[in-house]
Amino acid sequence: MVTPEQNQYEPIKSVHQVPLEEFYSSGHRTCQGCESALTMRHLAKAAGPRTVVTGSTGCMYVANTSYMTTPWIIPWMHTQLGAAGASALGMSAGLRALMRKGRLAEERINVIAFCGDLGGGDMGLSGISSALQSNYNLLIILYDNESAANTDIQATGLTTYGAQTTFTPPGSAQRIMQRRWKKNVAGMMAVGHPTCRYVATACATYPPMDLMNKVRKALSVGGPAFIHTFCPCPKGWDYHPRYSHEIGELGVRSGIFPLYEVVEGQVRYTYDARKRRIPVREYLTKQGRFAHLVDEDMDHIQQMVDEMWEKWEVPGVAPFKGPLSEA
Amino acid sequence: MTHTLTATGNAYVSEELLTGCQAVAQGVRLADVDVIAAYPIRPYTEVMDLISKIIADGRLTAEYIIADSEHGQFEIVKHASSVGARAFAGSSGTGWLYGFEALAVTATDRLPVLFLVGNRALDDPGAFGVEHNDALAVRDLGWLLCWVTTPQEALEHVLIGYRVAEDRRVQMPMALAMDGAFLTHSQHIVRIPSVEAARKFLPPYDLGDRRLHPDNPISIAPQVNEDWVMEIRRQNWEAARRAPQVIAEAYREFDAIFGTDYASSPFFTEFMTEDAEVVLVGLGTVAAPARTAVRRLREKGERVGYVGLRWFRPFPTVPLRECLRRFQAVGVIDRDFAHGSPDDGGILLHEIRSCLYPAAERPAVVNFIIGLGGRDISIADCQRMFDLTRQAVGAAGGDGLVRWIGVRE
Ligand SMILES: Cc1ncc(C[n+]2csc(CCOP(=O)(O)OP(=O)(O)O)c2C)c(N)n1
Ligand code: SF4
Ligand SMILES: [Mg+2]
Repeated sequence: MVTPEQNQYEPIKSVHQVPLEEFYSSGHRTCQGCESALTMRHLAKAAGPRTVVTGSTGCMYVANTSYMTTPWIIPWMHTQLGAAGASALGMSAGLRALMRKGRLAEERINVIAFCGDLGGGDMGLSGISSALQSNYNLLIILYDNESAANTDIQATGLTTYGAQTTFTPPGSAQRIMQRRWKKNVAGMMAVGHPTCRYVATACATYPPMDLMNKVRKALSVGGPAFIHTFCPCPKGWDYHPRYSHEIGELGVRSGIFPLYEVVEGQVRYTYDARKRRIPVREYLTKQGRFAHLVDEDMDHIQQMVDEMWEKWEVPGVAPFKGPLSEA
Repeated sequence: MTHTLTATGNAYVSEELLTGCQAVAQGVRLADVDVIAAYPIRPYTEVMDLISKIIADGRLTAEYIIADSEHGQFEIVKHASSVGARAFAGSSGTGWLYGFEALAVTATDRLPVLFLVGNRALDDPGAFGVEHNDALAVRDLGWLLCWVTTPQEALEHVLIGYRVAEDRRVQMPMALAMDGAFLTHSQHIVRIPSVEAARKFLPPYDLGDRRLHPDNPISIAPQVNEDWVMEIRRQNWEAARRAPQVIAEAYREFDAIFGTDYASSPFFTEFMTEDAEVVLVGLGTVAAPARTAVRRLREKGERVGYVGLRWFRPFPTVPLRECLRRFQAVGVIDRDFAHGSPDDGGILLHEIRSCLYPAAERPAVVNFIIGLGGRDISIADCQRMFDLTRQAVGAAGGDGLVRWIGVRE
C-alpha cells in the first residue's frame, strides 16, 4: 500500500512517455516564448491532478492567472511576493492536521509553491529556508527569469553580472550598473539545510524532460524539496521568442547556469560542465541585454564561470576553494 | 460581566488562575484549532508558549509551526485556512505591522483565521507597553476587531470569534485585541468551559466550495484588475454589514449554553449609565480605573457612568448612537494617536463623532489621549477626565476639545 508519505511516479524516459494530459493549459497571457510559463506547464504535468499549487506575485501571477481565464486546472492560489515558503508550510500543515484528525481522507496531496527570482531569491529567502527545515512533503520551485520581469525588468540578486535592466542601464559614465554576481540560491539551499533531501536546478527545455523528472523525484523523496529553474525571457533578455529553447541550452552548455541534483547530500551533475563547456560568449552575444558589454567584460564573466567549475570545492554548487587549511 | 451557571451546569468544568494570554491558549485548545504559527514578540508571546506546552502534553492535536517572521507566520495561517484548517496566530506592536501585507490579503481573501493582538506601542523609541495603534491599523481592511477586558472574556471570545468569523455570512478574519501587560499578563480566576460545551457552540470549520483541494480545483485570488475588484470589495463590504447580526446571534447561543449574559448588550457594556449625565467611553482595561472612579464620584452624588466598547469592527453605529445621545457630555478615551487628524484627536474620537453626527441633539464630545506606551491610567486620572468632560457641557468651544492626560508638558 502507498502511504500518504510516498509518491510513486514512473520516470519519463522518452517523449512518448510524457503524459498527454495538461494541468496548466490555455488562458494565460505570458509573452510568446516565455520559458517561465513552460516551467509551469511541466511542473503541473509532472505532478498530476492530486496537487495544490501557490504562486507568488510576478509574471506567473499577473500575466499568467487572470480572473475567468485561469490556466490552472489543478487548484491554485496566489501568495504574496515573499511568501512562497510560508504558503507551502501553511497548506502542508493544514492538510496534515485535517488528515490526522480524520476530517480529510488520508492521501498524498502534492504541495507546490513557486516564486520568481526576486520573490524567492531575494525577498522570500527566509521563508523558503524555513519551509526547507520542516518535515512536510512540499516543493518550492524558484523560476528564474533573472529580473523582476513583471514590473518591467529590474535587476534582482539573480540577474547575470553586466546585464542591462531598467534599474541597470548602461550610461556614459558607467557601462555596467549590475555589478553583483548572481546569487547561488540552489547551492545556498543545499548547503544550508542538511536535512533537506532534494535540491536541484533545471531548465524546462534542456535536456528535454529533465525538469519533469526532477519534479517527480522531488515529490517522491519525502520531505521538503527545492528546484531552481533557468527560464529565458524574450522580453527581458531581448532576443526573438523563437530562440528561447536555444538560449536555455546555451546557458546550460556554457556552464553559466549549472545543472545538477543534490540527493541526500550527493551531487549529481545533469550536465557536467567540468568536462565540456562552450564559450560563454556564445550565450551572451545572442541577447540584447548584453549588447553593451565589451571584450573585457565577457572575459571577466568567462573567468568567473571557469572558476566556478575549476576552483570551487563542489564545482557549480558550493563556492569554497580548497584545500582546507589546518586548524 | 457576571456569570451564572444555569441548568446546563457542567458547561464549565473547572476554575483556574490564568493570565489573558493563558486564557486565550485555553480557548485555542477548546476550539480544536488545527494549525498554529508562532513568532516571538512581547507581550502576546505567552499565548504561544502555553499552546506549545498544551500540544506537547497531548491536549490538542495541531500543527505548530515556528515561523521565520510575522509575515511568514500570517501567510502560513492564511494558507492553512484556505485548505480548510482552523488556524491561529497573533502578534504585538511592530510584529503585527511587519506582517501587515499578509493581514491585508487575509481579509480580502475572506479567510476566517483568528489572531490575538497583545496591544503594544509601535516602537521607536522602544516601548513594550500598551497602545492601540497596532490593532487599529487593520480597522478599515475587512477585519473583525474586538477588545476584551478580562481573561474570562478572552477565553470565551476565542470561541465566539471563530464562530462569527467562520459563519458563511461573514467569513472575515478576527483580531482579538487585549491590552499588553494589563490583560495579557494579569491573572484572574477563569472558569474553563467543557470540551463538549465548546463543541456544541462552535461547529467544525467548513469553507465549503471555497476550500483549496484537488477535489475542488478552484483558483483563488487571480489577477482581476479594474474589471472585477470593485465587485469583490463590495462583497467584503456586505459581509462586514452582515456581521453585527451574526455576532448578536452567536452571543444568544453562547448565553444559552454557558449561562453568560452577553446578548443583552453585545457590542459595548454600560456601567452605571442609567441616570448618568456624563460618561467616559474607552477600549480595553481602562474600564477598571474608570469604573472605580464612577463609584467614587457617585458616592459624592455625581451622575457619571462608563461605556466600554467591545467591538470596534463592525462598529456598533446605531446602538452606540442611541446610547450616547442620552448624555450631556461624552469623554472619549484614546490609548492611541492619530497625528494630523481632524481635531488632532485620537482614532476612537473620530469614530464616535462620526457615529453621533446624524443625531438631532448631540452631547458635547471631548477627547483624552492617555496611557500611551503602557503609562498607567489611575483612578485620579479618570476622575479628572470626568471633571473635564463635565466642564464641556454648555461651554463655548468645549465640544471637540482634545487633551493629553498624564503627560509632561
Ligand atoms: C511586497 C511587494 N513588493 C513589490 C511588489 C511589486 N511586484 C510585483 S511583481 C514584482 C516582480 C517579481 O519579480 P520575480 O519574483 O522575479 O517574478 P517575475 O515577475 O520576474 O516573474 C514586484 C516587484 C509586490 N507585488 N509586492
Ligand atoms: S516578461 Fe518574461 S517572464 Fe514575463 S511573461 Fe514575458 S517572457 Fe515570461
Ligand atoms: Mg523574475
